[in-house]
Amino acid sequence: MANVLAVLEVRNAVLRKGAAELLAAARRIADASGGTVDALICSVGPVSGSDGLGAAGADRVLTAQHAVFANYCPDGMAATVATLTNAYRAVVVAATATGKDLAPRIAARIGAPCAMDVTVVDSRGESIRVVRPVYAGKALQTVDLAGTAVVAVRPGAYAAVPAGKAGTPAVVTVPAFTKRLDVTGIRTSDKAALDVAEARVVISGGRGLGDPKHFALLEELAAAFGGEAAVGASRAVVDAGWAEHGAQVGQTGKTVSPELYIAVGISGAIQHLAGMRTAKVIVAINRDKDAPIFKIADYGIVGDLFEVVPALTAAVRVAKAH
Amino acid sequence: MAGSAEYTGVDFYDVDGLLSEEERAVRDTVRSWVDEQLMPVIGECYIEGRFPRQLIPGMAELGLFGANLPEEYGCAGLNNVAYGLIMQELERGDSGIRSFASVQGALVMYPIFTFGSDEQKKHWLPRLAAGTDIGCFGLTEPDFGSNPGGMITTARETADGWLLNGVKMWITNGSQATVAIIWAKTGDINDVNSIRGFIVPASTPGYTGKDQKGKLSLRASDTSEIHLQDVHLPKNAILPKSGGIKSPLMCLTQARYGIAWGAVGAAMACYDEARRYAISRIMFGKPIGQTQIQQQRLADMLTEVTKAQLLVLQLGRLKDQGKATPARVSLAKRNNVSAACDIAREARRLLGANGILVEYHSMRHLANLESVYTYEGTHDMHSLILGQEITGLGAF
Amino acid sequence: MKIAVCLRRVPDTTAKIVIAGSGTVIDETGVKFVPNPYDEYAIEAALSLKEKAGGGETVVVALGGDAVQETMRTALAMGIDRGVHLHGTPSPDGLENARVLAEHLRGAGYDVMLFGKFAVDDCGQQTGAMVAELLELPCATAVTKLDIAAGRATVEREVEGGIEQAACALPAVFTCDKGLNNPRLPSLKGIMAAKKKPLEVTPVAPGAGSVTVAALALPPERAAGRIVGEGAAAVPALMQLLTTEAKVI
Ligand SMILES: Cc1cc2nc3c(=O)[nH]c(=O)nc-3n(C[C@H](O)[C@H](O)[C@H](O)COP(=O)(O)OP(=O)(O)OC[C@H]3O[C@@H](n4cnc5c(N)ncnc54)[C@H](O)[C@@H]3O)c2cc1C
Repeated sequence: MANVLAVLEVRNAVLRKGAAELLAAARRIADASGGTVDALICSVGPVSGSDGLGAAGADRVLTAQHAVFANYCPDGMAATVATLTNAYRAVVVAATATGKDLAPRIAARIGAPCAMDVTVVDSRGESIRVVRPVYAGKALQTVDLAGTAVVAVRPGAYAAVPAGKAGTPAVVTVPAFTKRLDVTGIRTSDKAALDVAEARVVISGGRGLGDPKHFALLEELAAAFGGEAAVGASRAVVDAGWAEHGAQVGQTGKTVSPELYIAVGISGAIQHLAGMRTAKVIVAINRDKDAPIFKIADYGIVGDLFEVVPALTAAVRVAKAH
Repeated sequence: MAGSAEYTGVDFYDVDGLLSEEERAVRDTVRSWVDEQLMPVIGECYIEGRFPRQLIPGMAELGLFGANLPEEYGCAGLNNVAYGLIMQELERGDSGIRSFASVQGALVMYPIFTFGSDEQKKHWLPRLAAGTDIGCFGLTEPDFGSNPGGMITTARETADGWLLNGVKMWITNGSQATVAIIWAKTGDINDVNSIRGFIVPASTPGYTGKDQKGKLSLRASDTSEIHLQDVHLPKNAILPKSGGIKSPLMCLTQARYGIAWGAVGAAMACYDEARRYAISRIMFGKPIGQTQIQQQRLADMLTEVTKAQLLVLQLGRLKDQGKATPARVSLAKRNNVSAACDIAREARRLLGANGILVEYHSMRHLANLESVYTYEGTHDMHSLILGQEITGLGAF
Repeated sequence: MKIAVCLRRVPDTTAKIVIAGSGTVIDETGVKFVPNPYDEYAIEAALSLKEKAGGGETVVVALGGDAVQETMRTALAMGIDRGVHLHGTPSPDGLENARVLAEHLRGAGYDVMLFGKFAVDDCGQQTGAMVAELLELPCATAVTKLDIAAGRATVEREVEGGIEQAACALPAVFTCDKGLNNPRLPSLKGIMAAKKKPLEVTPVAPGAGSVTVAALALPPERAAGRIVGEGAAAVPALMQLLTTEAKVI
């Protein structure tokens, strides 16, 4: 029986988005062998957004409360999870910046293998089988993890599935631990309100924008999507200083799997394609009809982005207003 | 656009396998530098007719100047193959940048190293290696190009030094140089054996350098006229070990060696651009690279690139053994520059209308290579050098 | 200050990936190998920390076969003082490799141990943090800012929607992200000096671990898309497709 522990992420007493998707992935492993799924929340006190976890697939919702969890505390979380893992075949986290930081720490503490950025999870006999993009998305690796495994599931890989589980609350004790790293806080960078790795819609700009100030066009289009879109950038423009590195999509930037990816003025260098080819739907807007981006885009518009993007922004606004 | 896909070189015959680890490392460093520093600005510089001066400190820091000269003078002490690879990679970017490095290293540092006194070497070489001094090489005159032995610039010995008079033309880096190696006759105007080299600081009264305008080639390189009017120099300005026309010709052999490598770089850039374009450009419903004519073009280009690569590599190995005779260097300069010109022209043509844009590189290389074809001994002069070597009969 | 940089040899990011006959690894023929790009940030961080401290020692540590020495010499050419080559075949289980590295780093007196955020080949993203756990040392991953003063480090790292700030005492482990610095190119003199720098070889044998690679495959080609139209006039048609066919709006 493969019981699974899903370690959820909390920031400022609010559950981070993606918990339901992570529980869906956890259920996939558990259900294959009649196992259960527990969600773990490490926090100072009550966490908003945690009510629906039963419905999203948690048989139990474990809470570990400690003053140290006011900020992300990898040492405290890893220590807490390590006390629980005997009961589980898999520990799953979302492959966010925080999840990717936490997963290997847990794995090292419990002597388990760790698989990052997983897009498919399955249980397979005594192993957990996962598929993960390697070579920055240029290949897919299928790996079997024996024993207890720590798996970081890429955001967007699984959609939330209503499961109607009990979500029975339970309390977990935080063991004694040494706080080696002291996270002092998060400075919100005004630009990256929504991260490209998290957004449902990503609109990326490349050299075709011609000037950094034209990113404003993309910001407007993102705004038309009403808070579910983020603005990304190609490596060329990040290297040129037009956009922050945090917005870079591609091999040495972020790998994203949004539902909708709109590439504006991006030719489609192989390094860029590696970072967004797993998007559900790709739209390309480019003046050059021979640009490689059109080879992988589902829908393309050949034309001047300075005309097409504002028209699209207006159309999205109208669609969203309905 | 042309620059969107990263350049990874051309190596059809595993020539890489013939290079040592350090040689490859040197090549990779310079290639990265060209990608990061030169490629983003070269188009603009070319259009504006401006040498990217801001890159000089970075080039010096990498050790690109006089890289085959010994470490005791602040140089990298590389072998000649590694030196050649530097020239190849610089010229992959632009012939103008390679010209700058060639002049600084082979035409300024080399003569000081070879014909200079210990004092001159200790004073000048580290400063030139560090790029704090920029040099130029003044041999050609308005009326004496292929035949520099006919020069009429003179150096007359005075009580306390030398007095130089004359005009030099087509001098790379001439206007921005802080120091010039000037070749002048110290004796009778018909006596080629009286030609000696002088180290002339550009600040010396009577020395003026001004850019030649209207160039349609090597636009990202300064080419200048130098006027020497009653230029007084101290006694120790002369390169003591220089003597006769042979001395500047020895410098040219050094520079030509680097040019033979540089031409390979330009040819590789053009071939690479043409290949990518042929695959991605769709016409009549299929890539143009799927037509026999363009395939033949590419096959010819790749063949010539590969031959040129093997030629310079063996020349480099010979040079490291002291066997790179002037005639052997002539053969490589002559063949590789000519092949590069052909490749650049064919690449430009394959690119159609896009081929005339500065966003693509082939036309810039093509225009540049026309200068390279002419300077450092025209193609014809190298035919004559080889002809003399073959027959023993001078036909100049 | 004594600083270790753990380095990995990876295929150049521009390399075309071809799957080998075994179906579990890539075909390495003709593939150019380079230092992992994120490790270059670690190398640069080590060099600039040493320069700032005005002294100390930087050591590059790499696990792998013979070929990894060439990659190590790139680090030496950039200015790292010496190398330790842990000669052995890396395990597909990152924890086993972390154990080997931790064993070497333990008790070697390093104040700072640097890694890349991840290696661009297997994208494991785990070695640094695992090594820290095994050594029971503080660790910050994917740092974009690293300041060291008076035996303490303050770091910044990108998280979704912001920049996380953290601090810890030394010795500590950091994994480096793009944005931390601009790695220098090895100078030509550095390349010549690299072959004279000490490079010590220690045989190691990472365990088999609990990971088996079952398959490696190229991602499915995306079905060829279509050009909806030209210019702003095509926007209504695009919207129609996005709402009714793709159902993403
Ligand atoms: C961009 C650029 C940069 C340069 N930089 C420098 C520099 O830094 N320092 C320097 O000293 N010089 C420099 N030069 C000058 C260069 O070396 C000369 O241009 C070259 O030697 C040719 O001389 P010329 O232009 O006077 O041509 P000419 O000698 O007049 O030749 C004209 C034509 O006649 C042919 N020809 C000449 N003699 C014969 C013959 N006997 N038989 C058959 N054909 C013949 C030539 O091949 C050529 O086709 C530079 C030139 C250029 C274009």
